[in-house]
Amino acid sequence: MHKLLSKRPSLRALTLPGLAFLLAMFFGALLIAFSDSTVLKHIGHPLAFLKAAGVAVWQSYLALFEGSVYNPSLATPHDALLSWYPLSETLVTAAPLMLAGLSVALAFRAGLFNIGAQGQFIFGSIAASYVGFHFHLPLGVHLIAAVLAAVVAGALWGGLVGLLKARTGAHEVIVTIMLNYVALYFLMWLLGTTRFLRPGRRDPISPDVLTSARMPLLAGSNYRVNLGIFVALAAATFVWWLLTRSTWGFRFRAVGANSAAAKTAGISVPFVMTSVMAISGALAGLGGAVHVLGSDFSLTSGTAGNFGFDAITVALLGRAKPMGVVFASILFGALRAGGGTMQANTSTPIDIVLVIQALVVLFIAAPSVVKWVFRLKNVKTTGELAAKGWNG
Amino acid sequence: MSLELRGITKTFGALVANDSIDLRVETGEIHAILGENGAGKSTLMNIVYGLVAPDSGEILVDEVLKKISEPSDALASGIGMVHQHFMLVPVFTVAENIVLGHEKTGFAGRLDLNEARERIKKVSDQFNFNVNPDDLIEGLPVGVQQRVEIIRALIYDAKVLILDEPTAVLTPQETNDLLKIMQELKAQGTSIIFITHKLREVKAVADRITIIRRGKVVGNASPDASQNELASLMVGREVELAPERGAHEIGSDVLVVSDLSILDITGRALVSKVNFSVKAGEVLAIAGVQGNGQSEVARAMVNLEPLVQGSITLDGEEIVGKSVRESLHAGIAFVPESRELDGLIGSMSIAENLMLDLHDLPPYARGVQLFPAIVLSQAERQREEFDIRLQSVSDPISSLSGGNKQKVVLARELSRPVKLLVASQPTRGLDVGSIEFVHKRILEERDSGRAVLLFSTELDEVLALADRIAVMYRGEILSIVPAGVSAQELGLLMAGVVNA
Repeated sequence: MHKLLSKRPSLRALTLPGLAFLLAMFFGALLIAFSDSTVLKHIGHPLAFLKAAGVAVWQSYLALFEGSVYNPSLATPHDALLSWYPLSETLVTAAPLMLAGLSVALAFRAGLFNIGAQGQFIFGSIAASYVGFHFHLPLGVHLIAAVLAAVVAGALWGGLVGLLKARTGAHEVIVTIMLNYVALYFLMWLLGTTRFLRPGRRDPISPDVLTSARMPLLAGSNYRVNLGIFVALAAATFVWWLLTRSTWGFRFRAVGANSAAAKTAGISVPFVMTSVMAISGALAGLGGAVHVLGSDFSLTSGTAGNFGFDAITVALLGRAKPMGVVFASILFGALRAGGGTMQANTSTPIDIVLVIQALVVLFIAAPSVVKWVFRLKNVKTTGELAAKGWNG
Repeated sequence: MSLELRGITKTFGALVANDSIDLRVETGEIHAILGENGAGKSTLMNIVYGLVAPDSGEILVDEVLKKISEPSDALASGIGMVHQHFMLVPVFTVAENIVLGHEKTGFAGRLDLNEARERIKKVSDQFNFNVNPDDLIEGLPVGVQQRVEIIRALIYDAKVLILDEPTAVLTPQETNDLLKIMQELKAQGTSIIFITHKLREVKAVADRITIIRRGKVVGNASPDASQNELASLMVGREVELAPERGAHEIGSDVLVVSDLSILDITGRALVSKVNFSVKAGEVLAIAGVQGNGQSEVARAMVNLEPLVQGSITLDGEEIVGKSVRESLHAGIAFVPESRELDGLIGSMSIAENLMLDLHDLPPYARGVQLFPAIVLSQAERQREEFDIRLQSVSDPISSLSGGNKQKVVLARELSRPVKLLVASQPTRGLDVGSIEFVHKRILEERDSGRAVLLFSTELDEVLALADRIAVMYRGEILSIVPAGVSAQELGLLMAGVVNA
């Protein structure tokens, strides 16, 4: 990063999130040990107990790794590379999460707390899916049209929040929470209409996106990993450029850091709020497109899953920096992908993954805990980041 | 009660805030500690009050060694402190604030304020404080709030009272009242440590003066020393307190303000029908006690006030109705009243703060592309011209001292083509050296033919810089007087007395 913007070595910036993650894994290990019936049988014998606990934790975390990165038992005589299948799954989950995370991170940097990535994601999914299954367009053009539709839909849904805040002072947190409900119920209503309901189905599911509108696969039909991850990485590069190398990003950061001073220097705060929310919405909408066009192909009421909310966690863990969001979303993608395998192979429930995710956020929000545990001094914290959005 | 400090040393990283400081305060004396911002005065006092732990050194009260590691230890030893920023709950009454943390409760936990009320009344009468225990803090003028802080210290039996920059927030009248109170306290045996960088006040009340520079005691002085001597000791070089005013020509009207009214959101007039004009090569000072509408007039010059009636013209061009950006680019340099809140973006770098207003124009940008390398090189240039003392232009602006921060604001605002400089409280909270720089620069702007509109609550500043002085009182201009007016006359006008 250019020295104008940050003098802090990037390694130090990683210290706190890294240690927070370690600490979360440690507490996760305790939970695994104490929720395992075989481990608890040995509770009276400290040595045996420790040994059993060690085995349980090792097996669970090994399963987590095998489910998210590399699993040698998946290799077949024909295709040794199949053992990397889990990594493909991790990237498939990471791509939409990365885009939604960038959405939240960008708004953070402009001092806005975008809780609405979920709603913007949903609108992106709806638009991409509709263009994807309803129109018949040539290969390439179709995909681009579907993606653009999602970007526009997300931008409008997000920009609306910025406009409301700029014009009326409505707090973006309240507005985005409410708009998330509107988006969700709009989606559910749509899935009941003949235009969106898949012919021959009565449960709410849309037709599949046509192949011409799908994200091209990157590693052949055995793997689900698709162009989406590159779209997400390109978006991260764009956000980095926007924030550090463009006049727009400069304005966003200025308003985010001190809107009164930005206003005094002649920057239009209402314009910044509207435009940053529109771009933020566009990113989340793009996330919806990547999800629907890359791996899910059809809309259901649960299409957006938890992407828009996990995005907040990802942005927080990535310290609202594009590079940080890239790493954080891949990490979360891995936890999600590996959690299933862990549940299947061991007696450890997938909920442990949720606990680890929650603890990471908790430790990042309360950096003094991490500093105390690891005896750190002078590590910059992100505490102010979390608080900023609420000050409106 | 006497207080003695021996060899107090405190370092923050590489910065030596206090370098083996020795200090002795006798019973019933007013001991002024004079030093520039950042000299280490506040650190020293925070050590005495137990807010900061020293690296080494001893504190003796009445020749007895005391261990003070928390404010409660200091209070128990008879040391009280009134901070620059008051520690009061605005929605509580005086009595409630004073008992806070030491509440007496009656039946079923009912708060019993009667005893506190009595004691507040007693102290208030004893020193003529004129404080009513049942008033709400938020309704009280700043000067009275400060007395509440003093009462709090006295009620907990402070025999040594530390006043940290007590006059920074006060009007000239309130300052005089405070100085009287200090003498009253002294007469009744309280020792006072008076932290300040205002020379006039030191000379008015201090019995002894200790001067601190860069964390070290550099000398003692008696109150008889001249202001120039004290300033030179404080800054470490010769200082010109009253800047020289060069001969210059006054041109035609640059700024004409006619029938300017400013309303608040409820439609109440904060400023009503104000008229004035500033000519090229002239400094018009708008003087007045804080809160009489000057801040609003200043902000209206660049359209930062939403509800404005009347007309403001710059070289004949109407400003009212333009955006902030258009007003700035029409040729107005604007130094806002609060550097920290409105002038600078604390978490951004010095270089970025130097181009906030020009960030989307060449040479900084072409289209939407910003050129960080040019931002840095331009900043280096401005840093030299304005003598901004810094380690690197990429450091956050918050790493600078107040004086250097103000230089950044000035450098930024004067880097555009400017016809009019609007400076609101440009030296508030600055040290002598920086004040000297800002004053010189303002006069340079005047001498090079720009119009200068200065808003100031400091009498000395107004008298030193202005060619004409307009006094604002309750949202109106009481009168516009020539520069030769006496400080006393001006003080009366600021208090709203027209024919004295």
